[in-house]
Amino acid sequence: MAGQIVSAVGIMIAGVFACAAYYWLSDRLLNMALPVRGRDIVTASRNLNRRSVIRPWLFLGPALLLLAIYLVYPVIATLILSFYDRAGTTFVGLDNYRWALFDREFRQSIFNNVLWLAVVPAACTFLGLVIAVLTDRIWWGNIAKSIVFMPMAISFVGASVIWKFIYEYRGTGTQIGLLNAVVTFFGGDPQVWIALPFWNNFALMVILIWIQTGFAMVILSAALRGIPEETIEAAVIDGANGWQIFWKIMVPQIWGTIAVVWTTITILVLKVFDIVLTMTNGQWDTMVLANLMFDWMFRGGGDSGRAAVIALVIMAAVTPIMVWNIRQANRENGGH
Amino acid sequence: MNIAQSIRRTGFPRLFVHAAVLVIAILWLLPTLGILVSSLRDKDQITVSGWWTAFSGSAQTEAVRLGDASSQKQDGTGFVIAGSLFDGGKTVTGFGTRVQEPNAYPAGEAVDIGNGETLKILGDGTYEYRKATSFEGDRGKRVYLTVMTPPAFTLDNYRTVVNAEGIGKAFINSLTVTIPATIIPILIAAFAAYALAWMEFPGRAILIAVVVGLIVVPLQMSLIPLLKMYNQIGMFFGVPSKTYAGIWLAHTAFGMPLAIYLLRNYIAGLPKEIIESARVDGATDFEIFIKIVLPLSFPALASFAIFQFLWVWNDLLIAMVFLGTAKDQLVLTGALNALLGSRGGNWEILTASAFITILVPLFVFFALQRYLVRGLLAGSVKGG
Repeated sequence: MAGQIVSAVGIMIAGVFACAAYYWLSDRLLNMALPVRGRDIVTASRNLNRRSVIRPWLFLGPALLLLAIYLVYPVIATLILSFYDRAGTTFVGLDNYRWALFDREFRQSIFNNVLWLAVVPAACTFLGLVIAVLTDRIWWGNIAKSIVFMPMAISFVGASVIWKFIYEYRGTGTQIGLLNAVVTFFGGDPQVWIALPFWNNFALMVILIWIQTGFAMVILSAALRGIPEETIEAAVIDGANGWQIFWKIMVPQIWGTIAVVWTTITILVLKVFDIVLTMTNGQWDTMVLANLMFDWMFRGGGDSGRAAVIALVIMAAVTPIMVWNIRQANRENGGH
Repeated sequence: MNIAQSIRRTGFPRLFVHAAVLVIAILWLLPTLGILVSSLRDKDQITVSGWWTAFSGSAQTEAVRLGDASSQKQDGTGFVIAGSLFDGGKTVTGFGTRVQEPNAYPAGEAVDIGNGETLKILGDGTYEYRKATSFEGDRGKRVYLTVMTPPAFTLDNYRTVVNAEGIGKAFINSLTVTIPATIIPILIAAFAAYALAWMEFPGRAILIAVVVGLIVVPLQMSLIPLLKMYNQIGMFFGVPSKTYAGIWLAHTAFGMPLAIYLLRNYIAGLPKEIIESARVDGATDFEIFIKIVLPLSFPALASFAIFQFLWVWNDLLIAMVFLGTAKDQLVLTGALNALLGSRGGNWEILTASAFITILVPLFVFFALQRYLVRGLLAGSVKGG
């Protein structure tokens, strides 16, 4: 083990060093190739100009290269692969799309994804908003916030283990899973929660809600603090009660932030993978698109055509959000 | 206004807020607490009682035999078999003669168990078995005990998973993946962000739009072509296709759009005067970047670093695809996933492994929460 630590540290330093060396060396080379010092004024200013034309691309080079190889090219390649057979060699037209249309598992995944989309973003945003409002009112609110925010740091796999323990079912003897212990305490029958078709989807959703509510809470709490005091004071003077102040004064002023939180969690939900993989691996009707895609990447040696179609469906679902983001960013940079 | 009214107007809602937040905090903490407590419990206790009873000890049923007829002694007019059923560490709370009723009689009292026999079992396991006539038979009587075991906490589970279950090795693998995959993207993205914020060149606005668009591109779009590409490169050069360098580059690239976006926004907001006066003084862009922009951008760099660290440490998909699933290549998330398959019911192993997995992110989280919040507020457009 000591050997691996040493070699790991060695590789780490080498990797980081190589990266830093590129920027330093490329800058040096540029200055040497286009010298300024000791040249006549015309050459010097021409070289200076050329430097400033080239330098942005030296700075941007590695980033653009990575984006092109890892994100731009694959999007195009996946699109093309979706028209090819399982090995990606023979053109099959729309066959993969036709398969998806009539595949039971694919439909199941779409249904489940829609279910996730309907429940998780709404639940996270709502809970996050409520917790943000409540914790802002009490002196130990920040401690409570930390506790709700904490699961953000926990991996989906770790969270799955945590919750699998809660859903644990024992055929005989004492229930050691918290949920079944509570159910039996109140006289109910213990259930195998994650194998209960349809309802097991909610058992999995709870995990993501548990993780993401903290995110919604943090963002919305900041937005709530940005609300001008005067608007709330005016409402109080006009005799509004807490409920009215919340729904009619506070919420309308943070619609923009609510939309951001909602869309961010929506994107996350579309890509949900780890939780389903570790909890059920898509069994008992819990399959979602990202898991079905992963499955088809390797099932029976892999079917890149079908997997590509599934990836494209996820891509299509995030595209409206992407367009909206770009518009938003362009508007912000309009002054430039 | 009388007291009842004032409670109704202010006291009750305030109390309600406290109560509601307390319930929420407990609900949110309970799941994690469950595995922390369980991971520290004795593995035999985990399977027989809920973790919430860990501090009160657990009740178990045990079957024991009393001494046989050969150990009987005459005591006055009757006969008695006496002895001890176990050596300390446990407490008998009740006993019975049928397995269905291990708690039929309380410990410490002599009870009539039929056939003119009386039995007394004390809490410490010593017993007296009496009969008016002599005992017969060469096998001792079967008795069922309800035994309270005191809470037993141990670090054995951690020792087991770190050594025998490969979690120690996976921990090193995770560090090997995560640290470079956190530092390299910061460096690359910071240079690009500076160029996009402060350098003039054609196509800048389009590039910014592309970066923003790429933030939400799902990973799934990249997996198939990249897997093919990695395999081809591996075959072409005769090198393994699943290497640390490969996964560093993958994580670097996938984190790049958000990194550039976050850092560009921050760097573009730096005071114009500082950068222009440095230019007037003859500093090159490289010098301005290293000496002025990098130090000033520390808060943004820290925010992104935490993001990226948590994201890479907690990632399962990229590790499975680009690093493989062989046992010695597994990172912590992968190892935990494998254990869920192979050790599904062994909660002492799963809980201890899970806790080791979340230990580092939790530490980072609590130590650097401030930067994490700032980063979230600046870049809440990415979906992970």
